[in-house]
Amino acid sequence: MSFLKPTLFFIAGVAALIAVTLVLLVALGYPANGALLALWSGSVGSWYSLTSATLVRAVPLMLTGCAIAVAFRAGVFNIGAEGQLLAGAAAATAVALALPHSGIVALALAMLAGAVAGGLWAGIAALLRARFGVLEVISTMMLNFVALHAVSYLVRGPMQEPTHIYPQTSAIAEGVHLARIPGAGRLHAGFFIALTVLAACGWVFRHTAAGFRLLAVGENPAAAECAGMIGVGSTTRLALLWSGALAGLAGAIEVLGVTFALYENISPGYGYTAIAVALLAGLDPWRVIFSAMLFGALEAGAGAMQRDANVPSTLVSVFEALLILGVIGAQTLRWRVRRTPSLSVDDPVGSSR
Amino acid sequence: MSDVVGHFLAATVRTATPLALAALGEMLVERAGLINIGVEGTILAGAFGSLVGATAGGVLWGYAGAIAGGVAVAALFAVFVVWLKANQIITGTALTLLSVGATGTLYRAMYGSSGAALSSPTSPPFPIPWLSRIPLVGEALFAQPPIAYAAYLLVPVIAWWMRGTHAGLALRAIGEQPEAAQVAGVRVQRLRVLAILAGGVLGGLAGGTLVLAQAGTFAEGMSAGRGFIAIAIVVLGRWHPLGVALAAFVFGAASALQFAFQAMGWHAPYQLFLVVPYLLTLAGLAGAVGRARAPAALGKAL
Repeated sequence: MSFLKPTLFFIAGVAALIAVTLVLLVALGYPANGALLALWSGSVGSWYSLTSATLVRAVPLMLTGCAIAVAFRAGVFNIGAEGQLLAGAAAATAVALALPHSGIVALALAMLAGAVAGGLWAGIAALLRARFGVLEVISTMMLNFVALHAVSYLVRGPMQEPTHIYPQTSAIAEGVHLARIPGAGRLHAGFFIALTVLAACGWVFRHTAAGFRLLAVGENPAAAECAGMIGVGSTTRLALLWSGALAGLAGAIEVLGVTFALYENISPGYGYTAIAVALLAGLDPWRVIFSAMLFGALEAGAGAMQRDANVPSTLVSVFEALLILGVIGAQTLRWRVRRTPSLSVDDPVGSSR
Repeated sequence: MSDVVGHFLAATVRTATPLALAALGEMLVERAGLINIGVEGTILAGAFGSLVGATAGGVLWGYAGAIAGGVAVAALFAVFVVWLKANQIITGTALTLLSVGATGTLYRAMYGSSGAALSSPTSPPFPIPWLSRIPLVGEALFAQPPIAYAAYLLVPVIAWWMRGTHAGLALRAIGEQPEAAQVAGVRVQRLRVLAILAGGVLGGLAGGTLVLAQAGTFAEGMSAGRGFIAIAIVVLGRWHPLGVALAAFVFGAASALQFAFQAMGWHAPYQLFLVVPYLLTLAGLAGAVGRARAPAALGKAL
């Protein structure tokens, strides 16, 4: 799978973003200077904003971005990372609140619970696909809404804090928090966990048989099947489960490192932004690290633009969308020249499997 | 009791109308062999377009604005999917994101800060003489805003068009065997673009319905997942207009149940009602897909 040259791709993407920002800002009559200044200072302009705003947001984007990369690479269109993240967050909160002892073991168990819950949530879609042929595009999408309403129910019902005033759970005990990184503001140890996980995923992609099977199935399921050593069905199912587990881990790390409680709006759509993150990174876990940081900066900066320059923060969704469209537009135009399609464009719903 | 049934039916039809419009549009797209998961964005753009149109020139301009908004998003889908042959799932996802961001940004830029409720002219119920006086169901079915009657009419019209016209046959052909259709002289790409644009018109109208016939205002993200439900309805309705209408009615009924339960004084967690349509979709898909067959070329570029 050959994507555009990574560095070129990155620079072009960022340049396009800045251009689009300027055009939109001016067209909508906002002071472009003040807005860009706010974008800069709110994202990477200071050590505090870099660590506490940008990198804190980059952590869930790294893990969900990697989740999308794993699934899409195998040709499984998991657009349910948001729901899997919520499932992971809920399970991690439940375990962290239920365990009598705090400490590193409890922390590990809570994160494990999050990953398992995310994997199981994705597993519903995998099961529906295997048993009934339900397209995972639709099932994962529906499961996002189910997860959202389930969390809404949990934080108002069985898991609500004891006073029953706020729609959230009790705060998780300090002993089960992910430690803050000294000198780095609100940035927590989850950052290193995410880096490790992504590095490991990238290594699996490049250097192991499992990674090769994943790519082979994603590239050309019929050829993979014919080659005889690759079970297409089991590989795609496994990819979906791992994808869900990564998204679930993202949710667990978010509650254990940032929010310390479960509530409805725990994710500002990380699972959807992750699609843009993964595509910009060419579905490569190592590059996801950087594209997640870029998107973290963008979202942090958008918040600052709203506060300081009164520019609607929804503008960031426009950027993300244009980025995705730009990436797939560039890819398809490139294929036309080279005549070698990579992301299985002729079979976007996996119907030939 | 009959009052409760009447209210329940009326709420069902009210909820089902925009769902049916959007799903009929998506059905045309899918019968042409494409899957547009950006319906959510189409509906939202239609809703915003209708606000712009209606505040400028009244209800009719509102519907015109809704169509314009829906078609704008659909046209982008056509450019990427038919012309560039880009991945349909990713394009659809991006267009929903684009629509959410663009309508939110434009709304705040044009109508001031968020939260300020802006009321638009509305299209009131128009009771049809005679029919609306049928006991029990008359008021629910025939004292609706005119757009609901348009939806009623569209179902048989689309069914007839797909079955009885040359163009309808061509549409079904390009969803099953685009190569064969092309050899037989059907202009596949052009017909696919037309189907996408028709989907945009209907999706936009669905959004217009939300603003002009229901809420009387626009809110960010007001489509609230209806685009995704519409996709499910197409599958549940087995890619047939009558089936789609029936499935939309079922979905409307599921969400109207929560009001009926409240009226009966039964208590249950409200999330349960909100989640029922999605569970129904999954259950429906699991049962429906095995027996019903999707258009053979669904999702494949030509």
